[in-house]
Amino acid sequence: MQVYLPIAQISVDVFVLLAMGAAVGFISSLFGVGGGFLITPLLIFIGIPPPVAVATQINQVVGAAVSGTVAHWRRGNIDFTMGWVLMVGTILGSTVGVTLFAMLQRAGQIDLVIVLMYIVFLGGIGSLMLVESLRALLRQRRAPGARFKLHQHNWLHGLPFKMRFRKSRLYISALLPLVLGFITGVLIAMMGVGGGFFLVPSKIYLLGMPTTLAVGTSLFQTIFVAAYSTLLQAVQTQTVDILLAIVLLVGGLLGTQIGARIGPRLHGDQLRILLALLIVGVWLKLVIGATVTPDDLYSLQVVVPS
Amino acid sequence: MRRSWLNWLCAVAVAGILAVPLAGADDLVVDLSKRRIDITLGFSGAEVLLFGATDTGGDVVVAVRGPEQRVTVRRKEHIAGLWVNREWMQFDRAPSFYYIASSRPLEAIASDATFAGIEVGVAHLRFAPSGSSRGADADAFRAALIHTKEREGLYGTGPGQVTFVGGRLFRTTVSFPATVATGPYAVEVYHLRDGQVENAEQRTFFVTKVGLSAAVVVQAHNNPAVYGLIAVTIAVMAGWLGAAGLRKI
Repeated sequence: MQVYLPIAQISVDVFVLLAMGAAVGFISSLFGVGGGFLITPLLIFIGIPPPVAVATQINQVVGAAVSGTVAHWRRGNIDFTMGWVLMVGTILGSTVGVTLFAMLQRAGQIDLVIVLMYIVFLGGIGSLMLVESLRALLRQRRAPGARFKLHQHNWLHGLPFKMRFRKSRLYISALLPLVLGFITGVLIAMMGVGGGFFLVPSKIYLLGMPTTLAVGTSLFQTIFVAAYSTLLQAVQTQTVDILLAIVLLVGGLLGTQIGARIGPRLHGDQLRILLALLIVGVWLKLVIGATVTPDDLYSLQVVVPS
Repeated sequence: MRRSWLNWLCAVAVAGILAVPLAGADDLVVDLSKRRIDITLGFSGAEVLLFGATDTGGDVVVAVRGPEQRVTVRRKEHIAGLWVNREWMQFDRAPSFYYIASSRPLEAIASDATFAGIEVGVAHLRFAPSGSSRGADADAFRAALIHTKEREGLYGTGPGQVTFVGGRLFRTTVSFPATVATGPYAVEVYHLRDGQVENAEQRTFFVTKVGLSAAVVVQAHNNPAVYGLIAVTIAVMAGWLGAAGLRKI
């Protein structure tokens, strides 16, 4: 069944959109990432103009994050203190990111920087996670029931402004989540994604948060970040397609609930391996896309639609 | 928008001038099956039937031109192992849609210079670059724009058929894909004989969004803040409903 999307100005199959929304909802609730880094390329692939794809998927992420947050909240998987501190950093970071974006755009280098950022961040995080989680899984197999430290102590724990995050059982410098939030904010502004794919692994590995708490807290924070981005896009670019968002949301609801049910049955290590594989997969696709000679070197962009 | 209107008015004026001295000498009557294409939520493309009558003999060429758009064309280059956009060129007056149909192949009807004079044929479209990166090759970028538009079904790849019925009546069907731009569409009909334009007629029809589809666009442009808030509210409510639904199951 075809539906015409008024802002995207194209006609697409409703069931394709529903399936895509469901996939994102599933990933979102399972891993605490918005899924923007996955859905945006998919939307562009089916013919949605890139600015509409970016602006609309961030609107869908609001819904997916609310749904996921409620589900995780009931299980007590959200560290609100951590969420608020991260959010302060994120807002500061996105403000700086918007300025950086404009500077690079004037220099004509924004495309190169975006591609490089994706490749560096996704590649680095994905491979680190994959190695670590595989190692953890092997260790467990060898010594079942063995006890490990909650997290390793290193120089990061010597930083000032220590703060207690009861839920995460952490006593660390408030600078750490602030800086992480800041970097996430820069990523959001420059790459047009929710930043969860960076934040969740960082919380697990750098801050030492338990996986489920990292996921729940990330979803909670994403609600506000995504809502803010949606408003910004609606006002500045007018490329949010409400109809496309609604169809994606309906699909997303289904996916979120499936994810929230499967999530608790999976072990933290398994969850981390799956997320690592997903990130490495997207990274590979990007590297191939950026290095293989494209079919058509030219691309069109309508600057002023009629 | 204003420019395309101006262009349209000019074309009408030209058609008028062409028609006046020849009136009576040659009759060309043209009409369209619709004056408006409505884009509703169920829109997935449309077809318009053009039909008319002319004196016996000669050929008919039909050109359909959509509203003009400002388009940026970018070219990827291999830099440090990566393909990234580098050179670019902007065209201010590229027609969003262009289609040609003729009763015989164009080269059999008249000379290239004749078609260039009446701006008929993709190669004769007059849109010049309005800006570019340093050293960009204008011909290559123009060709890339046309090629991409052809691939998207927005520029006719080859001339379509104008069919004659009984020597005087003719008809042709113009197909529009779902990505068609909104605005005024100019339909130019030329009657040629012995390589010369005998007569020309112009008709206009509009592609417009109607109903909910139009309301969404109006809101998004006129009240962007309210529109954004509505979008966020819908998303929050949908998310909440989904989570509440889970608890009941």
